[in-house]
Amino acid sequence: MQQPNKLSPFFENLNFEREDNTMVINFGPQHPSAHGQLRLVLELDGEQVVKAYPDIGYLHRGIEKMAENMTYNEFLPTTDRLDYIASTSNNYAYALAVEKLLGIEAPRRAQVIRTMLLELNRIISHLFFVATHALDVGAMSVFLYAFREREFAMDLMEDYCGARLTHSAVRIGGVPLDLPAGWMAQMRTFCNTVEHELEHTYNALLEENRIWKMRLEDVGVLTPEDALSWGCSGPMLRGSGIAYDIRKEEPYELYSELDFDVPISETNDSYGRYRLYMAEMKESTKMIKQLILMYDETEPQLMAHAPQYISAPKEEIMTQNYALMQHFVLVTQGMRPPKGEVYVPTESPKGELGFYIKSEGEPYAYRLKCRAPSFFHTGLLQEILVGVYIADVVTIIGTTNIVFGEVDR
Amino acid sequence: MAQHQVNYASAGGLPIALTSVDHLVNWGRSNSLWPLTYGLACCAIEMMAAGASRYDFDRMGTIFRASPRQSDVMILAGTLSKKHSEFARRLYDQMTEPKWVISMGSCANTGGMFNTYATVQGVDRIIPVDIYLPGCAPRPETLQYALMMLQKKIRRESANMNNNRKQNLRLI
Amino acid sequence: MRKYTPKGNVQGKAYYTDRYHVVPSVPTFDVATDEVFAKQLELLSAKVEVKSAKIMLGQMIVEINHADNFKALETLKTECDYAILSEMSAVDYLAKDGNFEVFYQMHNLKDVKRMRLVMRIEQGLAVESVVPLYKSANFAEREMFDMFGIVSNNHPFMKRILMPDDWEGNPLLKTYPLQGDEFASWYEVDKIFGKDAREAIGPEIRDQSQIDRYDTKRFSRVGYEVPFGADISEGETETAIEYSKTFLVDYQKADGVKPAEHRK
Repeated sequence: MQQPNKLSPFFENLNFEREDNTMVINFGPQHPSAHGQLRLVLELDGEQVVKAYPDIGYLHRGIEKMAENMTYNEFLPTTDRLDYIASTSNNYAYALAVEKLLGIEAPRRAQVIRTMLLELNRIISHLFFVATHALDVGAMSVFLYAFREREFAMDLMEDYCGARLTHSAVRIGGVPLDLPAGWMAQMRTFCNTVEHELEHTYNALLEENRIWKMRLEDVGVLTPEDALSWGCSGPMLRGSGIAYDIRKEEPYELYSELDFDVPISETNDSYGRYRLYMAEMKESTKMIKQLILMYDETEPQLMAHAPQYISAPKEEIMTQNYALMQHFVLVTQGMRPPKGEVYVPTESPKGELGFYIKSEGEPYAYRLKCRAPSFFHTGLLQEILVGVYIADVVTIIGTTNIVFGEVDR
Repeated sequence: MAQHQVNYASAGGLPIALTSVDHLVNWGRSNSLWPLTYGLACCAIEMMAAGASRYDFDRMGTIFRASPRQSDVMILAGTLSKKHSEFARRLYDQMTEPKWVISMGSCANTGGMFNTYATVQGVDRIIPVDIYLPGCAPRPETLQYALMMLQKKIRRESANMNNNRKQNLRLI
Repeated sequence: MRKYTPKGNVQGKAYYTDRYHVVPSVPTFDVATDEVFAKQLELLSAKVEVKSAKIMLGQMIVEINHADNFKALETLKTECDYAILSEMSAVDYLAKDGNFEVFYQMHNLKDVKRMRLVMRIEQGLAVESVVPLYKSANFAEREMFDMFGIVSNNHPFMKRILMPDDWEGNPLLKTYPLQGDEFASWYEVDKIFGKDAREAIGPEIRDQSQIDRYDTKRFSRVGYEVPFGADISEGETETAIEYSKTFLVDYQKADGVKPAEHRK
């Protein structure tokens, strides 16, 4: 019953020629624990990996080229699809880059909301990390527990911006919507739930679990020199002992006013990184609680006032004539930023997410390059996988926390 | 959302007379559809959420299988890039009959927002699709609704797959 | 006469350009305003020729010759403490200036400074690979080769990374259309079914705003799902849009007399 096509079956995967020949295995683009579309060609000597070659590009959608054909505001929902697990962080990184290029700053209430959303997205992403990492290593119930918490977080995001996964919750110049009534109370409950569950469920199940420790300790060891050379950032860098967090060193938004710690791991292995992610989630809940208190003191202005680049609030557009005209021009023609280039790094849950935007003064960007942390972490796989057993390959892919929307763009 | 009463015995208005063997076989097939984990991009996260704690997929009798040989349904969730299209078709060919395909999300239906050089404009250029599920990303409940739609479709098909496929005389 | 479309840059352009708009520039500052950058620039210019240097938005941008890139990065790594190569890629200026602009985004963790090293290179020339210095350039240079066609000499594995290995064309060039050329549009059909299947499958539907009133595939009808290709028109025929005749002026009258003459 098969319809005819040109694809003939081939068995290139297994090569047995001599006694001592190595076996080439294809850890294909469709794999339950490949975290997306990663094709790893592994050369095995028995069960140990001799050579690993990550083949990516199976999710390449031409996002950078799309940016050259769309106005800046039109492109914002496309950035959602880069790191699709924590969408607001990509939207925010892009919006921050454009705002820096324009030289405007978002008003205070928008900053509070944005920082809250960023930290919520960090929790969402780290919960997903725990879920998939545990699922790959074998602890399947953690997947269900983490997704339960994640559903509460997605409920919060849905109450705010209407979408569970691809948020577009942030605009260039601020946020489009104010927080709905009762949202902050739900947020506080959520933070308490996460803190409670971190202690009683995840730590109870995984932290001192003998099997978990055996699977994760001394697996995926990344020396600090390698981490720097491979361009690692975020938890991969801090997991190797280098104390650098963009939120602390190059603060943006309200991070300079918040009180939080940055966990570092000295053991350079996957177990240390796992504990780092757990600790980061706790810090995020701390930060959100501080932000909730800061919200009431802010003035209700949500978008920056820069009529040349940013439309007026909807109430003004619906009633004032010039606001409507300017909004029309900005939507149809697009805003024309100044000529120049900008690179703004932000601390996304995966690492350093930055956008390099080169503008020639036209409404479409001349060049947009997205510096995705997962891209460089995938390159790292070719070195870090050598000499490990096949079971550890899965652990290492999980611990690098790669998401293919970013890698392939 | 609509009908809660599932009428196993109805033929859905099609002129194919269903025998009781057909009903039995279709009942078995539709109530234990095993999907192939084919999450490509963002829709994969919603598919995972559909299988997770809140929107439990297991109550439909589905178990996500990683191997195409052991699965019935291929839920293509996410953007299919041209580099990957060869493997998608290969996996579809490796699935054993009877097999169905659900195309989940705008990217799988028509290429979605990625009207670019590297995206296949609709998975049905390569693979015959049974259910198209729109959304970006569709909610997990929508995915379950699509699966129920597929179950409805299976129940009104004749159990002999040869009869069904003959209607679709396209190349794929 | 058909409209002239410049082939040098086929990317989308804004439909309307403001004739009187003067494009401002992002403010740039002299490197001397920042001590740390000034010192680093001194160390760098001792080793390579620096064509220009400025500070824009808190980051130093230094322009050098493309032949000096390895030496410059070596200096930056060993003497100026730039431990991380955050990013590297190219910008296509072939239509405007006839060359590419390759940039390296560097990151100094100790002094928390970021700088960008830019260089211009013509099409056909290759850059020296910096993989011995920064391993992150391994994938980044491959991507640059894939997207622009700029080869890096002495790279351990100079192959396409994001596009399939047998792809023709470099997607991020300005001459490459967004929706892909002829090769791209039939790639998956040719690969899987062969060239003869092109008519059977049909060309890609690239028109996003195509609306068909009785389309069941791209518009969902929750609760009223129908089989694929089913007819939901219920016998209605689609009528063409009729514009009101009182407001339409017929400029091309059949008798060749101009409208002004008619009104006299």
